[in-house]
Amino acid sequence: MTTITVTVNGKSYTRDVEPRTLLVHFLRENLSLTGTHVGCDTSQCGACVVHMDGVSVKSCTTLAVQADGASVTTIEGLANGTELHALQEGFWEKHGLQCGYCTPGMIMSAADLLKNNPNPTDDEIRHGLEGNLCRCTGYENIVRAVRYAAEKMNTVNAD
Amino acid sequence: MTTETMFGRALKRREDPRLITGRGQYVDDIQIPGVQRIFFLRSPYAHAMITSIDTSAAEAHPGVMKVYTGKDLPAVPVPCGVNLPDSNQKTPPYFMIATDRVRHTGEIVAAVVASDIGTARDAAEKIVVEYDPLPVVVDAEKSVMDGAPQLYDGIDNNITFDWKLGGGDIDAAFAGAEVVIKQRLVNQRLIPNAMEPRAVAGRYDSATGDLTLWDTDQNPHIIRLLICMLTGIAENKLRVIAPDVGGGFGSKIFLYAEQLLVTTITKDLATPVKWVETRSENFQATTHGRDHVSYVEMAFMKSGKLCGLKVKTYANMGAFMTAFAPLVPTFLYGTLLSGVYDLPALRVETIGVLTNTMAVDAYRGAGRPEASYLLERVMDIAADELNIDPAEIRRMNFIKGEFPHMAVTGMNYDSGDYEGNLDKALAQFGYADWRAKQAEAKAKGRYLGIGLSCYIEACGIAPSKMVGMMGGGVGLWESGTIRVHPTGKVTAYTGAHSHGQGHETTFAQLISDTLGVPYDNVEIVHGDTNQVQFGMGTYGSRSLAVGGTALLKSAQKLVEKGKKIAAHLLEANAADIEYKDGSFSVKGSPDRSKAFGEVVLMAYLAHNYPADLEPGFEEQTFFDPTNFTFPEGTYMAIVEVDPETGTVTPLNFYCMDDCGNVLNPLIAEGQVHGGVAQGIGQALYENAVYDENGQLISGSMMDYAVPKITQLPSYTTEFAPVPSPSNPMGVKGIGEAGTIGSTAAIANAVMDALSSMNIRHIDLPLTSQNVWNAIQAAK
Amino acid sequence: MIPSAFEYATPATLNEAMAMLAADEDAKLLAGGHSLLPTMKLRLAAPTKLIDLRKIGELRGVSASGGGARIGAMTTYAEATASAALKGYAALIDATSIIGDTQVRNRGTIGGAMAHGDPAADLPAVMLALGATVNVIGSAGSRAIAIDDFFVGMLTTALEEGEIITSIDLPALAAGTSTAYVKFANPASGYAMVGVAASVTMSGGKVSACRIGLTGAGPSATRLEGVEQALTGSDGSEASIASAVANAGDGLDILGDIHAGEDYRRAMVSVYAKRAIVAAIARA
Repeated sequence: MTTITVTVNGKSYTRDVEPRTLLVHFLRENLSLTGTHVGCDTSQCGACVVHMDGVSVKSCTTLAVQADGASVTTIEGLANGTELHALQEGFWEKHGLQCGYCTPGMIMSAADLLKNNPNPTDDEIRHGLEGNLCRCTGYENIVRAVRYAAEKMNTVNAD
Repeated sequence: MTTETMFGRALKRREDPRLITGRGQYVDDIQIPGVQRIFFLRSPYAHAMITSIDTSAAEAHPGVMKVYTGKDLPAVPVPCGVNLPDSNQKTPPYFMIATDRVRHTGEIVAAVVASDIGTARDAAEKIVVEYDPLPVVVDAEKSVMDGAPQLYDGIDNNITFDWKLGGGDIDAAFAGAEVVIKQRLVNQRLIPNAMEPRAVAGRYDSATGDLTLWDTDQNPHIIRLLICMLTGIAENKLRVIAPDVGGGFGSKIFLYAEQLLVTTITKDLATPVKWVETRSENFQATTHGRDHVSYVEMAFMKSGKLCGLKVKTYANMGAFMTAFAPLVPTFLYGTLLSGVYDLPALRVETIGVLTNTMAVDAYRGAGRPEASYLLERVMDIAADELNIDPAEIRRMNFIKGEFPHMAVTGMNYDSGDYEGNLDKALAQFGYADWRAKQAEAKAKGRYLGIGLSCYIEACGIAPSKMVGMMGGGVGLWESGTIRVHPTGKVTAYTGAHSHGQGHETTFAQLISDTLGVPYDNVEIVHGDTNQVQFGMGTYGSRSLAVGGTALLKSAQKLVEKGKKIAAHLLEANAADIEYKDGSFSVKGSPDRSKAFGEVVLMAYLAHNYPADLEPGFEEQTFFDPTNFTFPEGTYMAIVEVDPETGTVTPLNFYCMDDCGNVLNPLIAEGQVHGGVAQGIGQALYENAVYDENGQLISGSMMDYAVPKITQLPSYTTEFAPVPSPSNPMGVKGIGEAGTIGSTAAIANAVMDALSSMNIRHIDLPLTSQNVWNAIQAAK
Repeated sequence: MIPSAFEYATPATLNEAMAMLAADEDAKLLAGGHSLLPTMKLRLAAPTKLIDLRKIGELRGVSASGGGARIGAMTTYAEATASAALKGYAALIDATSIIGDTQVRNRGTIGGAMAHGDPAADLPAVMLALGATVNVIGSAGSRAIAIDDFFVGMLTTALEEGEIITSIDLPALAAGTSTAYVKFANPASGYAMVGVAASVTMSGGKVSACRIGLTGAGPSATRLEGVEQALTGSDGSEASIASAVANAGDGLDILGDIHAGEDYRRAMVSVYAKRAIVAAIARA
């Protein structure tokens, strides 16, 4: 067992974990934050994407011990209280999800994308989300959702 | 009070707030105190005798509760629910855990129960299984040959059924034809890959004998029924909950070994247990789809007029058959082979073949994509050979005139306007403009292709009597109960199950309209056998046409009951009461009225109440449709082929769908998008490949190309509804249309792009390599 | 999904890391982990100990050095893409912006990719084309390995037991040099089925020098020396490029799989060599 301290969604947690514990399992099983999902075992699907120290990572390909001392944001920490993040709102408005399983990872990847590129073209949106698989939507409405969020965030920032 | 009409409104989904904030509850998210984890040890061999299993080291591994092999458990079969009539069907016996012989890679040979999944897996590595490998066959055509490895005693040549369907005078049709197009077509094996792998958790209460199963499935009541029939557990002691389910696409309909094992093990240990499938297991051990090789002969007059169609299909069923398997390449396939065309004669034969591969069963569209691809691809080959525009050869052969139309397959098409649909598509999507652009591009050395596909499908599955005639072991009606609480708030219980389809939204819309209550007052409950009466679940684009209709009829019954109560209160005749905008009033005297809430409350108080009426305000309907519904449409694909690499880039995809009346356009459009994506996936990327030893080469997302966001185009979707007479809402279904219609459109577009290269046909999938090879061969 | 058990350590210095590596022959270094962890999850690898290099400061960062650039081994692809010091190495940026996906680029490291020697990784082709030098340290001290000597075979490099990559040096680009990397990606994994990086130096209307690196096609990355020779001295026109690449795949050890069989892959070597050279020259 190794003792780690990780800040998750603004709250600090100190836990003993086996070194082989993946970050996603630490979040889901040790902290009961089950919004982050596991969809594959080869780092392809992106259902497990969270932010670690400000960048998006696949939490199934990151060990919990590698997150020692880091700050992690999961889908549960994205909204500001009851006020949805613009991306959450965009996915809702534009029907950017169906079964919802890929959605947390998809939104977290999109948040990373918009942070680095607040006004992406459709091609840039697609390139930025290449590491996230969705089997339900065919992606069209996901592109629309991200575009919606970008426009909303730009409008808010302009105010 | 006026309630807005909800039918036809693009409401955003009420499911979404929990799913976009990480508060969905998929099976693996449910916290069960004390839960032990199961790891299944699976066969690395595709075909072998098990000579010994030594579990002693695994049992001694710290943290292990128990290790099971086949000898520790009753021989419970994994059931096939279909016995095709007149097809000499021989259903192979297949058990939840292999004892003496394995027949595909991934078959379960042992189960380890331990405190956590890492420990369970560590222990499983200590199990020593000795195998004596047997010869392997993975290819259906090879499997039926004399001398091929035999999977089961008593199933000669691995043929599990030989199904035939005919209509019209096929010999006369071919005798009178001027041209016969012959083509061998491969419809490759696919792996559904719902984003949430399968997961089952079980908890047995030894004090009460109650067993709860959380299961990611599309039809919890059927799962419960089958488990109870097979294990002897009473249905009133087993609760199956399918909570949030991360996609199904057919693969979560069936009862698998794992559900039976979790049930058996939790009861045996009196301890909660959970199994969560890894993606690697999902590839190996969740049902696959398609896998046909077909020999097609299609007879025409030189004018392009269709005379007849003969099809012989080898359907690779895998090593065993799950619940619907035999229906998919037969009744869900052969009966759609006349498409939207006035086909005078048809003969279809499907040979179901066992091989050392994972079982093949329903995958989005289930039989109908195979039919649509076959027909639409060969129509294009014919158009090319007869030098007729692909749109025109279709127009010439459409079914025209009155509906219902009895097709040569015996299917009674409910409604449609095939020519009108095509015309709208060609005009709105700029077919002529695209032809001009294609010519311009060609002049610059670019290879654009335009592909059409006019699909039809049978949805609203299904009239129970017809299912019985097809050999299905279930009825396919659906139930809907509406409970109006004393305060006027509504809970509706549906046997349909939503795993992405948005029933919590759409069903509330239709109930709101019919019951005259605000949309926000209606809650939908599904996916729990202890709450919902009974249900058949969701597949076959049936939820709205069948399950929605059940709810609609319950709402109508409630309105009728309300009229009786109101008539009593208003001292009028029930026949004179009309109900509008939440108010029961006497015809011609709108001031003599009772609000919905007053009527409902009185139904519960029953103080001043009709003597011959039961109190309470709840109605139930079991709706059994009298016919399928027949969605249809025209898809147009635009692709570009890079002749140097063979790479196909889909540029645009246009859809003109007739799915009957559209309840929620936002959701319906989403269904089209997702369906099209899976159809394009089949056309261009996806391919499940076993090597000669039965190893799944495409056994992970590293090798099996689930389409990425960068590999798919933007879609344009339009609806051209022709209401169905099969149900009161006039709906048809839209869950599978996109998949059914899109593969052929892409394939036709690719061949169109290559038309100057003398390439007649390339089999699926149209990967860069396959297209390049065809280009080289044509040089 | 869960790897076999292992120990975990985060040495603060290279010496500490080397000592740990020497003490346990089944220990492995952990950089970004995006090749190692997936194989451990599938239990295709089961090291007894992971030595995480993330706390060793001297392995991080990109700096300009002698007209060229030095890339710390623990530099992530995303950091490389954003680095001002690497802007001139267009082929490198082509690769680091398309490797894997955003999350791979955020975690995967340049040193890790080099040490792994994956035959389908993108960077080996780029490093070959750029004429990089791999700086390593081991118990016998530091040494610099020329890139042409680095890739030995399938998943095998010139790294000796116990050696750690500390940095990669990129030489200054000669005047008139432009570079590009293009990849024919596996539609499922995104790895290169064929990836070609080209560095082309034009002088007086002629190709005065070039280096062409190939990855993905065979058991390890390699230079296309025949193409380099044919191209050098030519005018760099499309016709001369086409002629130079015509038989680019001949004689190479080519691997095949379900996505691209041997013949196809060999043919694609020519196509992508041409595209890389055209793209490089277009940037001149």
